[in-house]
Amino acid sequence: MTLLSVEGVSKRFSKPVGAVGRLLDRITGENSAATVHALTGIDLTVDKGEVLGLVGESGCGKSTLGRIVSGIYTPSDGRVTLAGKAVARSSGGNVQKLTTAVQMIHQDPFASLDPRMKVGETISEGPRLHGLWSAAESGDRVRALLEQVGLEGAYANRLPHQFSGGQRQRIAIARALAMEPDLLVLDEAVASLDVSIQAQVLNLFLDLRKRLDLTAVFISHDLSVVRHVCDRVAIMYLGRVVELATAEDLYAAPAHPYTKALFASVPTLGTGRAAFQPIKGEIPSPLNPPKGCAFHPRCPFAGPRCKTEVPALKPGDRGQVACHLNDGGTGAEEIAA
Amino acid sequence: MSDTLSPEGATLATPAAAKADSRATRLKNFWADFSRSPVAVISLVVIVLLAALSFGAPWVTPQNPYDMASLDWMDAFLHPGTEGSGGYVHLLGTDNAGRDMLSAILYGLRTSFVIGLSAGALALMVGICVGLTAAYFGGRIESLLMRIVDLQLSMPAILLALVLVAMLGQGVAQIVLALVVAQYAYFARTTHGAATVERGKDYIEAARSTPLPTRRVLFRHLLPNVLPPLIVVATVQVASAIALEATLSFLGVGLPLTEPSLGSLISNGFKYIHTDRTWLSIYPGLFLMVTVVAINLVGDQVRHVLDPRNQR
Repeated sequence: MTLLSVEGVSKRFSKPVGAVGRLLDRITGENSAATVHALTGIDLTVDKGEVLGLVGESGCGKSTLGRIVSGIYTPSDGRVTLAGKAVARSSGGNVQKLTTAVQMIHQDPFASLDPRMKVGETISEGPRLHGLWSAAESGDRVRALLEQVGLEGAYANRLPHQFSGGQRQRIAIARALAMEPDLLVLDEAVASLDVSIQAQVLNLFLDLRKRLDLTAVFISHDLSVVRHVCDRVAIMYLGRVVELATAEDLYAAPAHPYTKALFASVPTLGTGRAAFQPIKGEIPSPLNPPKGCAFHPRCPFAGPRCKTEVPALKPGDRGQVACHLNDGGTGAEEIAA
Repeated sequence: MSDTLSPEGATLATPAAAKADSRATRLKNFWADFSRSPVAVISLVVIVLLAALSFGAPWVTPQNPYDMASLDWMDAFLHPGTEGSGGYVHLLGTDNAGRDMLSAILYGLRTSFVIGLSAGALALMVGICVGLTAAYFGGRIESLLMRIVDLQLSMPAILLALVLVAMLGQGVAQIVLALVVAQYAYFARTTHGAATVERGKDYIEAARSTPLPTRRVLFRHLLPNVLPPLIVVATVQVASAIALEATLSFLGVGLPLTEPSLGSLISNGFKYIHTDRTWLSIYPGLFLMVTVVAINLVGDQVRHVLDPRNQR
């Protein structure tokens, strides 16, 4: 059963130019209205009980997508619905979130907890204000939640700075779970933690997932973490999904050249002197994305067709791939022939 | 999940981390840092002493300077230290109406404190609302509010206060209103600056995406985190409100002499500055100076303590 559906979502950020800027543009003949194409035509669904991974380099739009799903941004085009209902709407320039059923866990637990609010209140304020908990039961509920995420109930009276990074991330998870969400969005939730603590928090997440039948969108740049946690994985590049497959299939046989390059660039242990192959070039600027397939300037297989035509996400051998190699060739073959 | 408890849970049991961070210990730490400057401690003692004396004026002073019946024309212009007809020594002399200067100064100081504190508190509240609203909502609202604030800050506060008092008329409430209008801009700008920084942090985004009501995000999450710089501005602004009020009264647009404030006392004494009756303006002036300087010194030390670069 589809819980979350993301249909044709695009997000553009543009710098406000203002009256003086427009006047200057008029005089100099330039156009300073720069638009960042953070996301272009994203279609995704997440089924109930499923964990979807979003993977890509920094700047590929995965966090923007996470924020749109969490109702922090609204999409420029397209819509995001949770069980058929819109997650957020934009009213007069401000975003208004319409549901409590999506909760987000941020990357940096040192920034995502209010430094001047006791942990117990941080956890309980959402449910209290939304009438999920009564004032009388709130103390017990907080204690139960803290224990559920592997902390002591007595920690409720402490301030965030008294905790380590891993403990804070547990508190952030408790805060999110307190709202009894249908969908969790974890935005690089373990990226800022030490590796040993990462494993603990990931195990906690897997454990909670099993117990509470969680549905989640798991955003990460770390392929090994994603493999551990996710059912399906979407690989993103410059605001588009380039490959979508189950974790097993993706790791067994990556289809898109970008996905292959990503796997090739992961340093591995135990293979001796395996050649470390970085992806050549830099990620292009989303201010001025390349025409055609966004990956073509860096793609070893790129042909003439890739420079002009944007490949659509189409079913491949196993998952879905957005590449002309999967869809009748790049045009390079004809030249070679 | 029992394995997750031990390694991290253990760190909290160590004495260093187990230090309870209650409000009381934070206050104790604050005092330890604050008391490192003897000048600030002395200033604080002076302020407390002056406040106690002035608010206790009806019980401390030998005479009620407001009560015209208790004044005796025969006692006019007595030198400091002379005994008057009332049978007590006028420590700081008397003025042209036979008013005991010490009593008048303490009553005047009380008025100054009341005006300074209430103007400071009201300006703080108005400034917080303006600054938080501007920083949180951004866009046009921010431009509009902050341009008004900039416009006001580009004018001397005394000029604005003068015009307002001239329009509103004399009286404590009018002066407080004029001072609030003249001073809220400082609070608004400080709040705006601090709140713009805090607003971008994840915990505000987390609160908004819960979602919590806007008012709660503003006043329970944003406000407590922008408060430290505001406390500093508040102390300085209270001192400046007292000085401003004295200036207005000295210029004759503030409080009437029947309701003496330090400014009106100085103004009254100023008429006799070229005679040998200098005590009439010098003593109220000294009290004003000591008060303002002491508050500023305390504010300075508070800023020093709250500055994260000086944190232990």
